[in-house]
Amino acid sequence: MAQIFHPSANLVAKATIFGAAFIAAGALWIGDRVHRSPYITQAQVAREQPVPFSHKHHVKGIGLDCRYCHGSVEEGAFAGIPPTKTCMTCHSQLFTDAPMLEPVRESWRTNKSVEWVRVHDLPDFAYFNHSIHVAQGVGCSTCHGAVDEMPLVWREHSLNMDWCLACHREPERFIRPRESIFDMDWETPIAWSALDGDTRSILQAAGVESDPVLQADLGPALVEAYGIVTAQLENCSMCHR
Amino acid sequence: MRAFLLFLLLCVAPACRQDMHDQPKVEPFEASDFFADGRSARPQVEGTIARGELSLDEHLAAGRVDGELATTFPFEVTAEVMERGRGRYAIFCAPCHGSVGHGDGMIVQRGLRAPTSFHSERLRESPPGYFFDVITNGFGAMFDYADRITPRDRWAIVSFVRALQLSQNAELADAAPEARRVLEEEGS
Ligand code: HEC
Ligand code: HEC
Ligand code: HEC
Ligand code: HEC
Ligand code: HEC
Ligand code: HEC
Repeated sequence: MAQIFHPSANLVAKATIFGAAFIAAGALWIGDRVHRSPYITQAQVAREQPVPFSHKHHVKGIGLDCRYCHGSVEEGAFAGIPPTKTCMTCHSQLFTDAPMLEPVRESWRTNKSVEWVRVHDLPDFAYFNHSIHVAQGVGCSTCHGAVDEMPLVWREHSLNMDWCLACHREPERFIRPRESIFDMDWETPIAWSALDGDTRSILQAAGVESDPVLQADLGPALVEAYGIVTAQLENCSMCHR
Repeated sequence: MRAFLLFLLLCVAPACRQDMHDQPKVEPFEASDFFADGRSARPQVEGTIARGELSLDEHLAAGRVDGELATTFPFEVTAEVMERGRGRYAIFCAPCHGSVGHGDGMIVQRGLRAPTSFHSERLRESPPGYFFDVITNGFGAMFDYADRITPRDRWAIVSFVRALQLSQNAELADAAPEARRVLEEEGS
């Protein structure tokens, strides 16, 4: 009987065995990419809402503060979603016959809740609290992006655990002065003259004199002044209680 | 071989369950199929008072003394109270009443009925209790803010409105000597 395989088949066989490792690694890599892609995390994907409520119009356009509607963000774990009454403080007089506001008016008449679709939702086994972040100098836009530019809200970040940890390991890269938490346009480097008196004295105490002030100088000074203990921020039990 | 496949299946299967992602506990405002109206947040039973919210102090909680609108503040107005009031005013009042209180806020420019200026004769004469009462119970076309602003913060806002009123109707003689010199120089 003639040989079925040519001797060079040995090489092919070896290459295939060797290649399998790459194929497996490639499959894992694709899996990871998919897992982190907007398809799974919903990052950057705007959600349809029962009422096309636009933060762009209400925050940037007419200058409302986040706390007018998300009132418990400073004291509570939950930021709060405004009740129908909050919309009606203005829309009982403005746009009273706009069809897109009909669900709001119906809710007001019938006392049924408007069913907003959740955009950010951590799994129930992870604990998150707004008040500590707001009190320790993490601004809304650091986590939620430029909400004031969003006609419909989307998730700016994946909300994956590695995203939380990236900041918990090095909060100094993101911390800003407490007075600027609600400032949607906050950016470093920032001019010395744009800073508040308290922040200036914190910087002076830390020996920072540059102008404009860089995040590399501002961050560590604020972490120090606000007493943020980075060592404990990676404890599993803090977020998985 | 079959045992190996079963083992593989067992390894992968746990990843399919989402039970721990959505546990039977309710998060704030989560929909509920237990209550008829679909809300997990239950309305307060009539006549109940949340812990820590009982206030027997009519002056602090209702802005009245012996049934009359209070003419004084229930606590001392310090610089901190005023600062707090300034912040809360900017969030809750400025959109309609304007940052200085002339009743020309952004929402009014977009068509809301214009409120009377805080610097009108009548409102300058009104006691602090009147402003507290308007925030607590609303006034005409203005909704009440009782569920969003705590009584202490309402008083803080009133103190700031008072400061605004003084600032807009100040005489030269009221200014601190330093400031007066500057103003006089600018004026001449
Ligand atoms: C006029 C009221 C109003 C103001 C002011 C307002 N919001 Fe909202 N916000 C809403 C409503 C209503 C929703 C729910 C509907 C939606 O998701 O679009 C919402 C949703 C959100 C969400 C998504 C919540 C979710 O479902 O996960 C974020 C984040 C948010 N707001 C951030 C902000 C920030 C930051 C500001 C200040 C710059 C702000 N909002 C100001 C009314 C308001
Ligand atoms: C402080 C006053 C105020 C409050 C509170 C308010 N709105 Fe508005 N709303 C406005 C004004 C003013 C406009 C017109 C915006 C413009 O002309 O750019 C508007 C416009 C709208 C529109 C028309 C489309 C658009 O975006 O221009 C919708 C829909 C709407 N609001 C929904 C809501 C909902 C839902 C709420 C409650 C969460 C709410 N609004 C709370 C003042 C308010
Ligand atoms: C450290 C990051 C971070 C910061 C800073 C932050 N948020 Fe959030 N926000 C989140 C996360 C995470 C969720 C989802 C929470 C959940 O699912 O339990 C969320 C949810 C929300 C929601 C939906 C309701 C809720 O509480 O679940 C609103 C509204 C909101 N944020 C508004 C704000 C506003 C306004 C600010 C600024 C004062 C702010 N957030 C600052 C991370 C942040
Ligand atoms: C941009 C920075 C940043 C991001 C993103 C962030 N955190 Fe934090 N977090 C902080 C800081 C700063 C503190 C305050 C630490 C302190 O003062 O001890 C904190 C504190 C906390 C605490 C409270 C710790 C305590 O002592 O009670 C929890 C819980 C927490 N974070 C959970 C999360 C979760 C969950 C996420 C992701 C969804 C997240 N954080 C994302 C910066 C961040
Ligand atoms: C800063 C807060 C934080 C800390 C600290 C933290 N986690 Fe997480 N963890 C999260 C969040 C948020 C998620 C959910 C991510 C998602 O899937 O949306 C998560 C998800 C997980 C998951 C995935 C569960 C699943 O079914 O997808 C595991 C496992 C986990 N964490 C283990 C740990 C361990 C072990 C530690 C300690 C080394 C730890 N975590 C520390 C916030 C945290
Ligand atoms: C949504 C817009 C809006 C907001 C926000 C608002 N007001 Fe008003 N306010 C009005 C309007 C409109 C009137 C006039 C009502 C009328 O004449 O029917 C009014 C009237 C008043 C009056 C009575 C004036 C008089 O003629 O006797 C006072 C006092 C007052 N507001 C104080 C406040 C304070 C303090 C706040 C902040 C906590 C506030 N308002 C927030 C719209 C608003």
